[in-house]
Amino acid sequence: MAELVQQLINGVSVGAMYALIAIGYTLVYGVLRFINFAHSDVFMAGAYAGLHVGQRMGGGSWAGGLVAMLAAMAACAGLGIVIERLAYKPLRERSKLTVLITAIGVSMLLQNLGQLVFGATPVAFPETLPATTFTAGGVVVSSKDMVVVGFTVALLGALEFVVLRTKVGTAMRAVAHNHQAAALMGIPTNRIISVTFGLGSALAAAAGFLWAYKFPRVDPYLGVMPGLTAFVAAVLGGIGNITGAALGGLLLGVIETLVKGSRWSTWTEAVTFVLLILVLLFRPAGLLGRAQAEKV
Amino acid sequence: MKIPELFPLLFGAPWRWLRLVGAVATAAWVVVGCGPTGGATGDTIPVGEFASLTGSEAAFGRSSHNGTVLAIDEINAAGGVLGKKLVLVTEDNQSKEGESQTAVKKLISRDKVVAVLGEVASGRSIEAAQTCQKYRVPQVSPSSTNPKVTEQGDCIFRVCFIDPFQGTVMAKFAAGTLKARKVGLLVDVGAPYSVGLATFFKEGFVAGGGTIVAEQKFTKDDKDFKAQLTAIKAAGPDAIFVPAYYGQVTLIVMQARELGITVPFIGGDGWEAPELLKGPGAKEALEGCYFSTHFSPDQATPKSRDFVAKYAARHGAKPDAMAALGYDSAQLLADAMRRAGSADPAKVRDALAATRDFDGVTGRMTLDASRNARKSAVILAIQKGEFVYKETVNP
Repeated sequence: MAELVQQLINGVSVGAMYALIAIGYTLVYGVLRFINFAHSDVFMAGAYAGLHVGQRMGGGSWAGGLVAMLAAMAACAGLGIVIERLAYKPLRERSKLTVLITAIGVSMLLQNLGQLVFGATPVAFPETLPATTFTAGGVVVSSKDMVVVGFTVALLGALEFVVLRTKVGTAMRAVAHNHQAAALMGIPTNRIISVTFGLGSALAAAAGFLWAYKFPRVDPYLGVMPGLTAFVAAVLGGIGNITGAALGGLLLGVIETLVKGSRWSTWTEAVTFVLLILVLLFRPAGLLGRAQAEKV
Repeated sequence: MKIPELFPLLFGAPWRWLRLVGAVATAAWVVVGCGPTGGATGDTIPVGEFASLTGSEAAFGRSSHNGTVLAIDEINAAGGVLGKKLVLVTEDNQSKEGESQTAVKKLISRDKVVAVLGEVASGRSIEAAQTCQKYRVPQVSPSSTNPKVTEQGDCIFRVCFIDPFQGTVMAKFAAGTLKARKVGLLVDVGAPYSVGLATFFKEGFVAGGGTIVAEQKFTKDDKDFKAQLTAIKAAGPDAIFVPAYYGQVTLIVMQARELGITVPFIGGDGWEAPELLKGPGAKEALEGCYFSTHFSPDQATPKSRDFVAKYAARHGAKPDAMAALGYDSAQLLADAMRRAGSADPAKVRDALAATRDFDGVTGRMTLDASRNARKSAVILAIQKGEFVYKETVNP
């Protein structure tokens, strides 16, 4: 029993990070209807930004850790906006396939740029936030897990607030609903799209920072696997749906952990993808997605 | 444009001619350029090296490379081999699978090397060995311990012991010194090194009356090991054997300590890199863990003391086992060329195969019929953030 509870805790703490990344995919998809494959590399950039600021802050204080994380988020929000302006905006009226392939190109560019700037060798992530463990009835909770889940919940709350309660959020939803109608209503769509990219990239950076804090080895290919899993999570939850992405992330984290801890650990990815196929067979729009008739 | 309309464009007359010309040119290049040539023309002898200079096992690759460079420089300073200087041509495989074959092919066909040195990771040494064997260019691996490396053919050699021995050494150490009856295993199923070492450890430990209470698996890209560790913890082992490379070992042991697992972790030569103890909490987590390896700078033989001093003077650091083996691999190759009296790959191969009692810095070695070195292993302990010499185990 204690083992199962422990595995659930392990799963939730990884799932929370998948959820943060998945939301970035979903935000961009909601507004622009394409998958930003460079998202996982913005995640990697966030980890490196956190590493470099964290080293200068000195170790293990809450204030220093928070500053490092906010700096990483700000830097990556900028990176996301620049990527959108340079790579995606010129292609906005082209077919979605062109943009999708460009996104894969940007992803490779970032990975190789990362290798050029930071080197291919993994580096140790500095101590940025204090770390302890708590034990209760054979179950151990590390403060790292609590920090990760706490930050994820806080960031999700903040995002929910921005999207539902602010003017920018209303505009984002309007652009997502109908790009042209929103423009006709006087919404500056280009600026709103930039804000969406900035928000999504900041969340990726936060996830990258937390990932590196939890698993303190950072390399330029850091984003590939979590990025792919989070993409599956976004589709599983219903792409375009924020709550769905968060749910998909948590679900995948828990399932992955349960499979890894069993004797079928080498089947982890297989189980993930079979699950995705099953969900798409019975609910083509994902768990929380609403099926839409294709516009003609 | 419809697909059928594309066919004449792709396979039509002008293209067919171009393809033919291309094929003929390629064939000519293969015949002329890739044959096993001596290469040792002029007053230099080119020696190839492929190594993981960057990427996940870069600490190994760099150490090994530093040792090799030191050896080559020393040989050249002493007048070279057969009156000619050795020129080391190095290729980086970035610790990636699939790169070593390309690297070695380039070394053999373009740089015309007479022999290839490399590398640490068994999986990538096997890749290169297939190519070296095909072109019959001798390869000396400094520190790949999986038996399959030299099984690729009679041109492949190594200057280190193999995993059946290393696995038994650690099994005996776990049962004897650590008094462990129940051991948990955590294996990287993507690395032949890890799988092989785990198998031989298991055989040795079970034969000695112990039990393996849990065996969990992971792959190269994994960062989260808590699921596997929770399952191992539930089985209540006295020690946990992790035959993996240093990059993941640190994460594994740190996460185990977070889960409240206090038993010692033990491993093989894949642990030995300064990077193992880097980062916050790594030293504390690994305190009291043990691993087997090939060489310790604290081992007192005149030859090794001399090497430690020269290495420190050249590279400004204490050499580890990978550096010592890198050094030995180059020295053995030079020795074989001298004994062969030629830099012809076939003759160097025969001389390598006949190596008896070669005096290296990692000990005296004799290459057996399977082209593996028979030599002793050392066990190091991690104490106060340092690798400390514990004991030597003879074959």
